[in-house]
Amino acid sequence: MLWDALLLQMGYNATLVAIGATLLGIAAGITGTFLFLRKRALVSDAISHATLPGVGLAFLVMVALGGDGRNLAGLLLGSALSAMAGLWCLNWLTRRTRLAEDAAIGAVLSVFFGFGIVILTVIQTLGVGRQAGLEGFLLGSTAGMLWNDALVIAGGGAATLLLILLLRRPMTLVAFDPEYAASQGVSVSRIDMMMMGLVMAVTVVGLKIVGLILIVALLIIPAVTARFWTERSDLVVLLAGGAGGLSAYLGAAVSASAPNLPTGPIIVLMSFGLFALSLLLAPNRGVLAAVLRHRRFQRRVHLRQGLLALAQDQVIYEPLTLRLLRQRGLLRADGVPTEQGRARAAKALRDEHRWALVRSDQTHEAAAALYDGLREIETVLTADQISDIDRRMGGPREVLP
Amino acid sequence: MSGAEFVPLSLTPLLIGVFAAVACALPGNFLLLRRQALIGDAISHVVLPGIVVAFLLTGVIAAGPMMLGAAGAAIVAVVVIELIRRLGRIEPGAAMGVVFTTMFAGGVLLLEQTDTSAVHLDVEHALYGNLESLIWLDATGWESLLDPVALSYLPTELLRMGLTLIGVTVFIALFWRPLKIATFDEGFARTLGIRTDLLGLGLVITAAIAAVAAFDAVGSIIVIAMFICPPAAARMMSNQLEGQLGWSVGFAVVSAVVGYVLAGYGPLWLGAADAVSAAGMIATVSGLLLAIAARFGPCRHRAGAPAGV
Repeated sequence: MLWDALLLQMGYNATLVAIGATLLGIAAGITGTFLFLRKRALVSDAISHATLPGVGLAFLVMVALGGDGRNLAGLLLGSALSAMAGLWCLNWLTRRTRLAEDAAIGAVLSVFFGFGIVILTVIQTLGVGRQAGLEGFLLGSTAGMLWNDALVIAGGGAATLLLILLLRRPMTLVAFDPEYAASQGVSVSRIDMMMMGLVMAVTVVGLKIVGLILIVALLIIPAVTARFWTERSDLVVLLAGGAGGLSAYLGAAVSASAPNLPTGPIIVLMSFGLFALSLLLAPNRGVLAAVLRHRRFQRRVHLRQGLLALAQDQVIYEPLTLRLLRQRGLLRADGVPTEQGRARAAKALRDEHRWALVRSDQTHEAAAALYDGLREIETVLTADQISDIDRRMGGPREVLP
Repeated sequence: MSGAEFVPLSLTPLLIGVFAAVACALPGNFLLLRRQALIGDAISHVVLPGIVVAFLLTGVIAAGPMMLGAAGAAIVAVVVIELIRRLGRIEPGAAMGVVFTTMFAGGVLLLEQTDTSAVHLDVEHALYGNLESLIWLDATGWESLLDPVALSYLPTELLRMGLTLIGVTVFIALFWRPLKIATFDEGFARTLGIRTDLLGLGLVITAAIAAVAAFDAVGSIIVIAMFICPPAAARMMSNQLEGQLGWSVGFAVVSAVVGYVLAGYGPLWLGAADAVSAAGMIATVSGLLLAIAARFGPCRHRAGAPAGV
């Protein structure tokens, strides 16, 4: 069943949903990346909630004009207009009053959403049955996607992608370094506005598939996921698009494979799965990599301290140190150092003395700054410098009576 | 309007709405000043899976287990957000977005999988609340307020919301000085020996308790709106924390009362037959109050910003 769904063998409707969702996932992942890099991820929350009254009002207007009220293009137009109004309020509150951005986001999302609910209850009283499907905008519903709906969604997704392609240079610049961008003559506020416009477009297009509450997840999670894997901005954008597309595709397939698996939540959970994997496994920034790095560091410290202890004939009690020394054949099972162990220990102690001299010497200031108790002295000083230090330290001397 | 109609049908929902609004607005003042305004939003989304799990475990729709489940989910969310923020070195807003959307998705999925909608535990209820249904049918008029038999049938939400409001007020009154200092100057508070981390945690927990109690009674929209709108409007009215708190309580009460009345009677005045969502209307009114305060309030600009901009 699942296999069929993954290979688009589940029939016409499921295939339509899978393709539409994938396009949306890619567009959302890419758009969200710019939002995330600009540190405005939660603005998407306000925008998505602000679409609700527009959906309701558009329905009312279309019914008043004698239409069906459920025309997807009309509803999306309404949601876009009210999202724009929400965005305008958000901007006005942050710029013209003393409210911080997070408070403005919260105010816009709760008030618009509340007003949207009021409109929905008005629609409910108009007549039973006619509003069927409007609730789908809250949580998304794809089961009944029609060819026309799919066309609207695919067209919207493609247009968004094209716009991003055109705007990616200035948007990247603004996202990473707004001050530099401004000094280069880029209008930061205009680019910000275009970015918000794109977020709005993705939100409006995504309403039908994942619903207005969960679209926020598609805008935020893939971007955060991609950020784990690379430091390069263009790669983050590509990876985020890939992560968004993949989770939307997998989610649509899984939800088609069994009943009672709503598409929106499954897509979000898939996307969180990718995020969790990245958090654990990513090189450099991942948790596993950090743990390995820490273990490696710990081993080096223990080995070094063990060698110094051997050289000074101190007793070692630390079990990890003992184990590391034995594993490397530096210490016998009965606690007596091997020949090799004695040699390494003597070298470690001598290096420590060399470092001490380096650090007390003003002329070696730059090299001394690199001392961390672990660095091999050969990696910092040349052979000539070391032999110079050795000369000053002197070799073994006879103890005079 | 006669007492015979008002007391059973409108008095208790109105009081519950007012209590919920004030209980959320009070901690909201501090969250707003500490730039944590969106915590109310996050909490109201993450409690959904908690409530569903509590229902699945106990099999009953009762306030006790549901509030425990909701509180558990809120704590899990706070911990996971902090964990992701530290482990992944991600900015707090994005970490919050990842966690609350995922937990909400999990809650919706659980609902659909277990078909709990049959027992009136559906998503819409969780979002809109059911303020209108919290009526006191055993009352016959104002005299019922003195009748112990009728009083014993008061909606339990009223008592719970009242207790929550008292709890929130007591917390803020007890920790008034440290809260005030820590909110405006965390570094100075620390030099005075105030445990700002514990205080912040206590504030978030208080907010979560208020949110969960109100969520159960009136739905998540009021919770999010009341955490932010009355304090934000009050911020435009006063430069003193005491003044801001007072204004915010006033705005919260006005939003709840005017919103409830508009939702219940507004459509009748316009000639329509049915009421609209009270929760949605209360949020809308609070937004209008905020808009008025943001346009005309005496302290609406940032200190130092040119007036008239």
